Parts: sequence; structure tokens; C-alpha cells
Amino acid sequence: MTTTPAADGDELFALHTLRLNINGEQRRIQVHAWTTLLDMLREQLQLTGSKKGCDHGQCGACTVLLDGKRINSCLTLAVMHDGAELTTIEGVADGEALHPLQRAFIKHDAFQCGYCTPGQICSALAMAGENHAHSRADIREQMSGNLCRCGAYNNILDAIEDALPACRGELETSAPALGKRGSAA
Amino acid sequence: MSATVKPFSVPLEAPMGLPMDRVDGHAKVTGEAQYAADFHSADLTYGWVISSPIAHGRIVDIDARAALALPGVLLVLSHLNRPELASYDESYTDADAAEGSPFRPLYNDRILYSGQPVAMVVAKTLEQARMAAAQVHIEYRSEPHQTDLNAQLGQAHKAPAELPKPRGDVSAGLARSSAKVEVEYQTPAEHHNPMEPHASTVVMQPDGGLLIYDKTQGTQNCRTYLEQVFGLEPGSVRVVAHFVGGAFGSGLRPQYQLTLAVMAALKLNRSVRLALTRQQMFTFGYRPPTVQRLTLGSDADGKLQAVKHQAIAQTSRFEDFTEHLVEWSGMLYHCDSVELDYQLVPLDVFTPLDMRAPGATSGVFALECAMDELAYAAGICPLQLRLRNYTERNQNEDKPYSSKALRECYSEGAERFGWARRTPEPRSMRDGHELLGWGVATGVWEAMQQKASARVVLDGEGRLHVSSATTDIGTGTYTVLTQIAAAAMGVDSDAVHVLIGDSSLPTAPLQGGSFTISSVGSAVQQACTALQKQLLEAAQKIEDSPFADVSRDQVVFIDGRLRLKADPTKQLALSEIVRSSGSGQMQAQVDAEPDSKKREPYATASHSAVFVEVRVDEALGIVRVSRVVSAIAAGRVVNPKTARSQILGGVVWGIGMALQEETQMDHDLGRFMNHSFAEYHVPVHADMGEIEVIFVDEQDTIVNALGSKGVGEIGLVGVAAAIANAVYHATGKRIRQLPITLDKLL
Ligand code: FES
Ligand code: FES
Repeated sequence: MTTTPAADGDELFALHTLRLNINGEQRRIQVHAWTTLLDMLREQLQLTGSKKGCDHGQCGACTVLLDGKRINSCLTLAVMHDGAELTTIEGVADGEALHPLQRAFIKHDAFQCGYCTPGQICSALAMAGENHAHSRADIREQMSGNLCRCGAYNNILDAIEDALPACRGELETSAPALGKRGSAA
Repeated sequence: MSATVKPFSVPLEAPMGLPMDRVDGHAKVTGEAQYAADFHSADLTYGWVISSPIAHGRIVDIDARAALALPGVLLVLSHLNRPELASYDESYTDADAAEGSPFRPLYNDRILYSGQPVAMVVAKTLEQARMAAAQVHIEYRSEPHQTDLNAQLGQAHKAPAELPKPRGDVSAGLARSSAKVEVEYQTPAEHHNPMEPHASTVVMQPDGGLLIYDKTQGTQNCRTYLEQVFGLEPGSVRVVAHFVGGAFGSGLRPQYQLTLAVMAALKLNRSVRLALTRQQMFTFGYRPPTVQRLTLGSDADGKLQAVKHQAIAQTSRFEDFTEHLVEWSGMLYHCDSVELDYQLVPLDVFTPLDMRAPGATSGVFALECAMDELAYAAGICPLQLRLRNYTERNQNEDKPYSSKALRECYSEGAERFGWARRTPEPRSMRDGHELLGWGVATGVWEAMQQKASARVVLDGEGRLHVSSATTDIGTGTYTVLTQIAAAAMGVDSDAVHVLIGDSSLPTAPLQGGSFTISSVGSAVQQACTALQKQLLEAAQKIEDSPFADVSRDQVVFIDGRLRLKADPTKQLALSEIVRSSGSGQMQAQVDAEPDSKKREPYATASHSAVFVEVRVDEALGIVRVSRVVSAIAAGRVVNPKTARSQILGGVVWGIGMALQEETQMDHDLGRFMNHSFAEYHVPVHADMGEIEVIFVDEQDTIVNALGSKGVGEIGLVGVAAAIANAVYHATGKRIRQLPITLDKLL
């Protein structure tokens, strides 16, 4: 396990060491108390799949799964999550094999610029685990924290609807990667 | 929800015309697609912009001592210590510049608008830069400002736009009209708000050159701008934008974060990343607010006798921003008496900027609502009124259209929507506590083509590498160019590799105006044709070549092979020809130009008919767009899947424009107030209803070799008007000021 230090050599403020499981990999990371989960992922770990659209919890581009639940990673401090298990967009596929949601997004052209896409997919993945979405209207409501300025909404809806049974199936049969994500939801 | 894709009467050559999945889809669903702020470098530093809180005045003093004393802080950059910049306006003029003196970031102590960048902190981490920015103390001297368009209408001057000359006699036309409307419509400021905030990562190269990952719709536009502004050696700057997280016009001009990031990199001789905050996304261009007066008159049959469209829009004090705002009123319907007028009011604001379907979005909104009013004034079905005034010619230019299947848009759209079941009386249709409203509007956009270059390289493995500096801002450029190249070259689409978004590639125009595919696509087609010629020549030189004495029309390029038409067993793999030529690859590059001689006698435009159903909660005034049918005539469609997505996006933008979007200015402060996604509302998943897209069959042999007109803008034009007209039909209330929020309906 490697330790990723904070990059700044800033002696004025204390560094905190976190143990995180990120996309199945155990990591030790040093952060300042003021670093958000999103900035830690993007700037310290170069996991730039999670996007910053607002930094204020208003757009969902930074959505990741934290212990199986979706969270706006811009709106929480990394230091609060010692011991947590994180799944980012980089960890959704099983190696080369795309997750059914990812395949459905491609098939239904559920994106244009692709900037909101990691957030949409992570959000939908967690939504499947929440098990409250039983209709198209439910999906629309429960995905409304994820903005898409390109306006790919109806294709995103089709993609999610298409992949939802597969997502739930995976959760039930506890496929190794997804089972973990689903268990806490 | 579905798209109706009927086979076109003369289909494109496969894989063109097929709904191919995006070739960049895998990168986008896995997080591998890298955008401007995603690139790293070992020596990376971070910038944070400080924005002016005043709208007009001067910077008196900048005290950066406290900030510079903080750990990690490397630089506080302002007009006091910036690197040398060009002193003439020409150097700052870019390919989408408005008339006037372009804004110069950190140039001097003058404040021209609220939110103007006045300083930038650079530190080793983002957090350090942000914290230090709060410790930079800046003293300002305010001067009076004006930011209220409505209060300054008296200050308007003629817009520097070439409008069609007045024709006929509008007063006489109005005098003989039995139905008349004279109305004023207002549209607010809107901001592009792509999901990806503007960002630049400047990576210092060992040789002192700059490799810049920028969010832009024009890599070469940015490169040239930087070379001019900083007096840099040609060739020392490379601007890359492989993926762009939406732009909608916001990336047409180099934005100030680019200039600032380069300043800091040059000053520190280190790599710098500067990403704007969402708040700062409201500190540059936007769709300008407009006040528009429409006067329409028709005879008892609804035939237009007179059209007068006068618009006043805002601009900055330093540039006169113009767009095609009123021209549409002289071309969308047949009318022999037309007067158009366009004025600007300069205010203490930043210059407006082209935003998706610039001009048409606002101008056609006003026209199409006024047409609906005229339909009611004349007692004619709004769809009928449009058909009665149908025109095959663009009277502004006095030219026939190269093609115009708008009639089919009306009929196929109406059929699919069920328009015949509409009862015309306002408030006459309902479903429980909801009033139903059905509205229609027409959309129009120019079909343009620009000069563009492309290079195609065939390697010894039979892979075709296609390159051009153009970008893919979500429009599907990668995919559509893949299809065009595969069809033109006669290879499988899997063998095509498209490389774009890099200023070092062959010249391409800005990505905007829906002309990317017609321009760059044409260049790719022509480059493939040139390469085929070379391949045939090379094949003829092979020993005992079956192609020795044949001409181009006796062979076909198909499945990655050259084949004799007369005897299909005589064939050669293209990879083999390349290998036999002795060089590892063969290539061709062309500069494609629009065929002006062919196009000149014609007007070229795409059209749409938009049908909308709204549901309005009678007690609460909440409007929901429950159903949209958008019928599009845009020539042949290279990829119905990505093209449909473009139209869907346009419709979503229309919903935002009609019901939600408005950047509100506090005129006391001269500042946009709702500068966040919490307060600047854009449509979300829950705002969506069913949206159906129809591409009608439209053949066009004039517009370009593909017969394709582009679909980036047309999907938006007319949507807000159709919604506003539907709201009138539902409620009997004519809201003439966007957005139609519930307070206006109650
Ligand atoms: S970046 Fe986190 S919600 Fe927008
Ligand atoms: S795909 Fe561009 S913001 Fe959603």
C-alpha cells in the first residue's frame, strides 16, 4: 500500500492520514483538513473521472459512491471519511468489461459532451441499490440532482430504465464488485 | 419516446446514415475522457481568480502582502506585475470578436464590469490559492454605472449589422390589413453554463513552449490569440481540446482564464491550472437581453400584408455585439412589405457572446409568438396561418431555397402530435386540475459552410487516420467524421481513427453555427478522394497489377479493398497497396471550400416545426411541458442517433428558455445576482416530458456534397415560442416576457 502525500509542503496546517478503499484498492492518503473528497480524488490521486461542475452540491457532476451510497464529493471533506469504501467512475467497469449501465449509456446515446456522465452513472448505480425507483417518473425524480446541460435527459432515462434490472440482478447475486457497493445502500 | 427515422429517398452511403454509437462513448462512460482541468504535470500550480465587486471605476491599490506570506503562495498577479501584453486592439481580435476593442484581462486599472478579473493568486495547491485570494486587499474607486437595458432604451444606436433593405410599403400594408398585432416581447440575459467550467491547464515544455489544454471551440483561434497577445514565436503554443464538456458558444472566443493562466505560466516558468468557479462562469459572455417590437398585419385569409420587427439589445461599452436577430422576420414567411430594425444599448457590462442559435433563438421567439397572436386576431388556426404564408424563396436575398421541406415538417409533425384534435379556444382543453395547451412554432437556421482542411493517412495495417483541428463539444464530431471517412474511403468504420481538438492539426474553423460537418466533413470526403487517386496509381505500379490500365471509374473502394468493377475477384487490400508503395503510409491533405458558384443562386437554411403540449396547474400556475414533437428538415442526416441527441438537447434548452432561465441583474450593484445552479435554473430530469424527433426527407444537392445542413442549433429555435403559445392556449394568458414563471401566470 502506497501513501500519497499532500503535494504542497505546507507546514502551517496539520496533515491527516486516511485509509481508504478506492475502487477495490486499499490506499493511504495524507490530506489537509480542508481538502474536499472531490479535490483529493482529482488533484491528489489524479482520479479525474469525477467532475467538478459547481463545487457547491448543485450539479451532481462529482457524484461518487461512498460505502455504497451516492454522495456529492465536492460537498464533503476527505478527512471525514477515514476507513470508507469509495467507488468512482474509474471503478464501475469490471476491468475491460463495461458495467450494464455503461453499455446502456452508449447504446442510448445518453450523453453528448460526457461531462455529467460519470456523475449520472454513479448516481444511477446507487439509485438502483436504493430500490425506490419503480417507474420512469421515479427515475426522473430521483436523478434530478444530476444536471445535464447538453439535455441528454431522456436518453439517460432510457439507458437507466434499460439497465436497471441488470443492476438490481447484480446487486442480488452479489457480484463481487457491485455486491460490496450495494450492501451498505 | 422515439425518433422517427424513415429511410431517406436517396440514402447516404453506409455507414453514413446509420445510427452508429459514439466512437468516444467508451471514454465517456469510464471517466477516461480528459477535459481541460483533468491534465496533470509534476510542476503544476493552481490559480484562483479575484473578481471585481464594482461595475465601473478604477483599482486604486492592491495589497498582496498578507497573501504572499501564506504557505505555498507563489504569485499574486495583477495589472501591476503582469507580463508584457500587446498594445493594439488587432492583437486581441479573435475569430468571433465583436466590433470594437476586445477586453484585455489584467491590462490596466480600469474596471469595465462587475466580475471582471482583477488579480489572480497562484499557489502550490488549489486550497492555498483560494485561501490566499481572500487575503488580497484591493481598493477601488467606483464611478457611476448603467446596467439596465430598459432604463437606457433612449441611448440606443444602430447596430453595425447589415440588415436587408426595407421592402414594399409597411404602412400601406398595415392600412389594408384586417387583422393586426402590435406587441412587445422581452427576453432576458441567459448564460451558457456548460457543465464543465472554463479551464486551462498550461503545461510548460522543456523547450519553453506551451502545451495548453483548454476548454474551447477553436483550438487555433486560441493559439493565434495567445501568439498575438503575448508576442510569442509562432509554433511555440499548442492548444489541445480533445474533449470539451459542453460550450454552446461559450468557447467561441478565448476566455480570460486562458490569458491569465498563460500569464502566470510565463511569469513563473511553471505549469499552471486555472479553472473558473461556477460563479465566475457568469463573468463573461451571455445571450443579451432584448426588447422587441413586432407589428404584423394580414388580410382576412391570414395572408401577411406587413411585417415590422424592431429589436433593441444590450452590448458592452467596449464592443458592439451583433447577432442575426431580426432577419428571420423577413424570410420565414412570404410578405412583400417588411421593415427591420436593430439597435444596441451600450452598458457597463461584459460583451454578450454567441449562445446556441444566436439571434434566431430570441428573434424567432418574438416573431413566432406574434404570429400566434395574429392567428387569434384573424381567427385562423396557427398552423394554417403558417401554411398560408409559406414561401419557397428567401425574400431577404430574393433567392429560392436550395431545399426546403418545411411543409413536410408541418404535416408530419402535426400528424404525429395529433394537432387535428386541438380545439382552438384558450382554456378549452383540460385534464383534471390541469389546463392543457397545444402550441406550434416554426424554427429556422442558416446552413453555412466554411473553409476547412483535413488530412487522411492510411497506414500499412489498413488503418485510416483522419485529422483536423476541429473539436467535438458533445455534438458527435468524432463519430460523424468516422462515418464520413469510412464511407468515402470504402473502409470499415472500425478501421477509422479520428484525431481532432488540436491546434497543430490541419486548419478548421471555429466549431459553431452548425457548420462543422458541412465544412470539415466535406474536407474529409475530399481528402479521401485524393487518397484513393494515389492508391490507384500505386496499385497500378505493382507488378502484374490487374489495375494497370484501368481508370478510376472502373474500380471501387470497398471493405478496405480496391476492386475491379468488371471482375470482383481482382482485388487488392489497401494495406497491401500501402506496403507495396515502399513507404509506411500514404496520405492526402486538402483544403475544402464551399462551392460558391453552385451555392450563390440559392438561399440555404434548415427548418423545423415544433409542436408542444403544456399542462398548467390551474391553482398553482405551474407549467409542465408534457409532450414535444420536433420535426426537422436539415438535409440528409449522417448519424440519426447523435443528430437526434442534438435536437433533444435543443428542445431541453427551449424548455429552459421558456420557463426557467434568466440571469438577473441587481442594477444598484450592476451585478448578476443568481450566479449559481441553485438560482440560475436549468431543466433537470424531473422537468422532462416525452420528446419526439422527426427528420423529414429533404434532398439537397446544392448545400454541400453531403447534402447535410447541420443540427446543432435548429433544435432550439422555435421551441420557446411553441411553449409560450401553448401556455396561451392553456390559460388565455399571453406572457410576453421570458421566462414564463408562475408569478406571471397567477
Ligand atoms: S461539483 Fe459537486 S455537485 Fe456540482
Ligand atoms: S452530456 Fe454534456 S452535460 Fe450531460
